[in-house]
Parts: sequence; C-alpha cells; structure tokens
Amino acid sequence: MGKPTVTPDAWAHLAAATPARIALGRAGDSLPTAEVLRFALAHARARDAVHTPFDATGLVEQLTVLDLAPVAVHSAAPDRATYLNRPDLGRLLDPAGRQALTALPTTRPDLAIVIADGLSATAVHRQALPLLAAFLPWVRREGWRLAPVVVASQARVALGDAVGQALGAHAVAVLIGERPGLSAPDSLGVYLTLNPAPGRLDAERNCLSNIRDGGLSHDLAAFKLAWLLREARRRQVTGVALKDESDRLLADGRAPMLLAD
Amino acid sequence: MIGPAMMPVRGDVGLVGRAPYRIALGARTWTFADLKDLMAKATPPRSGDRLAGIAAQSAEENVAAKMCLADLPLKTFLTEALVPYEQDEVTRLILDRHDAAAFAPVSHLTVGGFRDYLLSDQATTDALAALAPGLTPEMAAAVSKIMRNQDLILAARKCRVVTRFRNTIGLPGTLAVRLQPNHPADDPAGVAASILDGLLYGCGDAVIGLNPVSDSLSTLADLARLIDGVIQRFAIPTQACILTHVTTSIELMSRGVPLDLVFQSVAGTQAANQGFGVNLALLREGMEAAQALKRGTVGDNVLYFETGQGSALSAGAHHGVDQQTLEARAYAVAREFRPLLVNTVVGFIGPEYLYDGKQIIRAGLEDHFCGKLLGLPLGCDVCYTNHAEADQDDMDTLLTLLATAGVSYVMGVPGADDIMLNYQSTSFHDALYVRRLLGLKRAPEFEAWLTAMGITGADGRPLPQPPSQPLLRGWR
Repeated sequence: MGKPTVTPDAWAHLAAATPARIALGRAGDSLPTAEVLRFALAHARARDAVHTPFDATGLVEQLTVLDLAPVAVHSAAPDRATYLNRPDLGRLLDPAGRQALTALPTTRPDLAIVIADGLSATAVHRQALPLLAAFLPWVRREGWRLAPVVVASQARVALGDAVGQALGAHAVAVLIGERPGLSAPDSLGVYLTLNPAPGRLDAERNCLSNIRDGGLSHDLAAFKLAWLLREARRRQVTGVALKDESDRLLADGRAPMLLAD
Repeated sequence: MIGPAMMPVRGDVGLVGRAPYRIALGARTWTFADLKDLMAKATPPRSGDRLAGIAAQSAEENVAAKMCLADLPLKTFLTEALVPYEQDEVTRLILDRHDAAAFAPVSHLTVGGFRDYLLSDQATTDALAALAPGLTPEMAAAVSKIMRNQDLILAARKCRVVTRFRNTIGLPGTLAVRLQPNHPADDPAGVAASILDGLLYGCGDAVIGLNPVSDSLSTLADLARLIDGVIQRFAIPTQACILTHVTTSIELMSRGVPLDLVFQSVAGTQAANQGFGVNLALLREGMEAAQALKRGTVGDNVLYFETGQGSALSAGAHHGVDQQTLEARAYAVAREFRPLLVNTVVGFIGPEYLYDGKQIIRAGLEDHFCGKLLGLPLGCDVCYTNHAEADQDDMDTLLTLLATAGVSYVMGVPGADDIMLNYQSTSFHDALYVRRLLGLKRAPEFEAWLTAMGITGADGRPLPQPPSQPLLRGWR
C-alpha cells in the first residue's frame, strides 16, 4: 500500500449546502480523477440537451386540454444548426407563422404568452406547463385577458416581440429554455416585455431565470411574473426602470395569495 | 516581400470613412470600401463577423486585407472614425480624450510598423505605459489583426497595469482570481459554502464577486451584507461585488448597503450601451457614488466592468464594424473610469459569435492584448457554453497562454461549473495549476493573509486544513 495521493477537503460537510462543485479534494493541486470524469459526463449530457428535438405538437395538445387555444409557429431558422449560427433568424417569424398569427381575431389582449424552445427543449418539456398552471390563477384573479398561447420552435427571446406585435398584445411573456448548464440542463427563463414590437432592447425586458427543481420554484416564478406584469401595467414600463421588489410580499419565502401590499 | 505593386492606394482623401482601399496581389486587385470594411476583412475568421455579413469571403481576401492594413498610417484612425462622431458618444470619448503628446513616439508608423515596434526592445514596459493614452482602441485592434498569437502574448506581457482597492492587483509575477460563488436561488448558505471553498483554495484576491439571480433590492442587499460580513469578520484584504446593473448598485448604496465595487457590462458603441441601459454619465454617477463611500484602504479604483466580443452585434448596434474592434472600443469606455477590474467574458456569448475553441482562444488573446495596451487591468473569463464547439482542453490552453501573457486575473468557479449562469469557466484548481506551472503569486496583501491564516504555505500552495482552521470554525 502506497501513501494516499488524493488530499480530501476538511469541509466536505458543507457540500450539502449547495449544488456547486465544492470540497472536491485534490491530487497534488489538481482535480482527482473521479471528478474529472464526473465533469466530462455532465458536459456530454448538456451537449446532448442542446440537440434534443422540441415536442411542439405534444405541447400544443396539452395546452388545448387546458383550453388555451394554442398556436404553433416556427422561427425563420429552419433547423438546429442554422438556429445556433443565426440568432437573427431565431428572432423572426417564418411566413406561415406570421400568417397564422395575423389571421387571428384582434382582441387587444393584456398578455401574450409564448412558449419557446430556446437552447433547451428539455427545460420547456419539464417546466413550461407547471409554470403556466401556477400562473393562470393570477391571470384570473387580476382579470387579465390572454391571447392564444403561442408555441414557438427554434425561437429566441426576441421572437416574442414579433408575436406580441402580431397579436396586438399590451405585454408579452416569453417562457424559454435557457442554455443548458452542467448541473441544470432543464432551466427555464421568462422574459416580460411591455408594448412588444421588433427592435425592443434587452434593457426593456424583465427576466426571471433558473426556473427548475432546485432553482426558482414554479409557484414563486408565477407570483413574480404576476407582480412584474401588474407593476409594468401600473408604471407603463418594463426593463431596468422596473426593479423587482416582489420579495417584500413574501411570507417565509412563499408567494402570497394576493398582489396588493 | 512588399513591392510597388502591393502598395495600398488611398482614394477620395478627406471623405471620412468613405475612402476605398486597394491592394494588388499578382493579377488580382482587392478593394475594400472603407476603413471599417478593411478592418473587418482583416480580422481572423470568426462566426460573429460572418453573421454580420462583414467577414472576408476567402482566405486570400483576409490576408490581402491584413497586408493593406499593415501599410496604413496609424494616424489614419485619428481622422477617420469607424462609428460616426456625431452619432456616438464612445467615438467622441475616444477622439476628444486622445493624448497627441503621448502618441508622438509612434505617430509616424504604419500599422505594420507599429507591430514591429511593439515587439522591439524600444517598447519597454515604461514606454508602453506612457504610450497608452496616445492610442485609440481602433489602433490597438488594427495592429492585433496582423499579430500572431505569440505576438499578442509577448507584447501584452510587457504591459503593466496596477490597480488598488483593498489590495494591489497587476504586479509583475502575480495573477489574481475572482471568487465567483454563484447559486441558482441566491441561497445565502450555498453562496457562503462556495466562498469558503474558494478561500481555502487560495482564491478571491481580485474580488469576491457574485452574479445574483434576483433583481430584488432586498435580496441583493442581503447578499452584499453576507459577503461584506465575511470580509470584515476575517479581515480579508479583498473586495466584494454584486454583479447587478449600475442603477441598482446606486440605489443600494443610497440605502446604505455596503458595496465595495460597482459592476456594469459595457460595450463599444453608444447604441449597444443603451441596450445595456447605460451611458457614460450614468457610469460616472456610479463611480462617484462608490468613491464617496471611501471603502478602499489602499486605492480608490471602484469599478468592475465586463465586456465580450459580439455584444454590440447582439444588440443590433454594431454599425457594420467587426466585433473585435468594437470590443477594443469598450475598453475606451472602461478606461475613462479607472476600473479596478475589467474582464472579457470571452466564450460566454455563444457559437454564433465565437464558434469553437480556436476562435475563443484567439479572441481571448486579442482582448487581453488590446486591453493591456490601452492601459487597463485586463482579466479574462476563460469560458465556453454548452452549445459551442469547445471543452475543458480548450480552456486549459487559453488559461495557460493568458497566464503566460500576464493576464491580471481569471475566474475561480467551484469545479469550473457555474450552476447559476450555466456555463463553464476556470476553477479554483485551475488557478492552483497555473500558479504552480508558472510560479505566479497572488496580490501581496492577500497572499500574506492566506499565509497568516495557515491556508497556504510559504510556497503559496494549499495546506491540509485542521478542524481548528478559523474559517471552518467560523462557518459551523
């Protein structure tokens, strides 16, 4: 038996406090073999998540059951390879999608919801419906009028601007798969933009990110989205001018039943 | 061999930005519509310039543009603005702040002659420091386009930029590390655990800098107090930063929240900065608010900027200028505010701007060189995303090259996996690797603290920790 070559860290008990890769120990000053391989496996899985196909049809079926009158559209990026290299195309509707949206009756809805694959269809498959289910009660309580929910393939955040404009919506919320991380290949983001129209700047959006198990919960994300939408409508602004102060209303870190103070 | 047939021909002198540039190579004459076209075509290949539709169409056109650019007088950049002066406050900042006296020693040179100068023994550390205010970002970008990776490394290594807040960053033979303790739910105990891990691996001298998930002022205030509490309690000679929008930092400071550094992402055009919700006046306001708190003990560099190639194109604000030149222009924005730290987040933006490991490595070396030449304390987030064609091997290569080039600081993320921002950067272990490989020390005040705490030995390497280690006892 030789001497041990890996020095363990004396604070291994703290690893339970975070999903971060802490207390890994070291071989000399370097990562131990097991950690190098564990990391390589996580990277391989994240790489694969980027290329998992989006089940737009399945999502449309489930949204139909919820009576949300879904409409499926596609961006101007025809496939994943083009999508990754041409973000400009991912922000545009393809002609069929534009036509489908403009053919809808104009009702001046308060909010359009877009469910977009983004960089992780896996995230949308896992988080979009639970988030929507948590958000719809807020919509009912506040009396907001919803546009038909749009399911968008090969889509970037700014596709919501084109969708929102085509639907004549006062605001658009884009639920989109975030770039997959090693520990979280299934994290959803939400971007809220008032008066959506192509050309809106990122600074004019409010963002909720890391919606997933172990991140921001569906209930809390739904409450925050409702709070942001209500404040956006009240102050007529989204983006850096609208700071998220919804935490003031939390009770023990949990969402309240009402938005009012 | 440069003969008369290869001399560039300037036409339409005096029409700012409109002059065509030509070079004859054998039977073929290559024409470049204007200075920004020439710069874009001379840039080593990258997906972002292709996305913008401004890249060279062939390998020969790329080299023809480099040759044409090499013969361009450096002072051309003082009279031909790539982004119109009237439309852009960054251009106005660059030209209005230009120091002609500092520029004098190289004012007679071409871009190619400037490369030779940078590699010559005339370009000493002191000479380059004196030259920095005389250089515009476009000059730095231009010369970088005709430099090979080894040139970028060697010239950057000669530059020295030292900044101070509670410690001294940028001294020769040192490398600092930002401890990046991000958590997907901003959980205080989780953030604290990552901070402890980083400190016990000898990281955190550049800054303990958290990217919060939340925009909420109360959450941000709690996180700021948490990090400040660790620094105060253990008397750590370092600084804290919450990486949130400058307006949020100003609001937090007005509420009495303890902030050391003010963070902001910046870009190289007015319109791109507008996309970030900032302008020069706002950055100045942030700087003055942080300086008024007088929280630094050895200096008053209070800003932390992040940049990255492709941000202007991403915001639809690139004016047809290539992404590397615009990145260098972001450094002109940064240097106006004497930051403690500036880093390019080189591989974060994604494959549509930097496609693979080769492009990320090249861009990291360019950004570091340009930033240092312009007088900035440039660090690098050596990183990539999971939709780029890159992996840890590429990061090992770039980290080793940048450390050799004298990079001011790199990131320290637990296990290289940022569980909040969902990308891979460099780890605490990576920092130990490169210190050991190249004999690099930490900021001296921080190094002394680590030794006094028994975290590292006299050789700077980590020691096994007993349960009596004060940091561990303090955390229980």
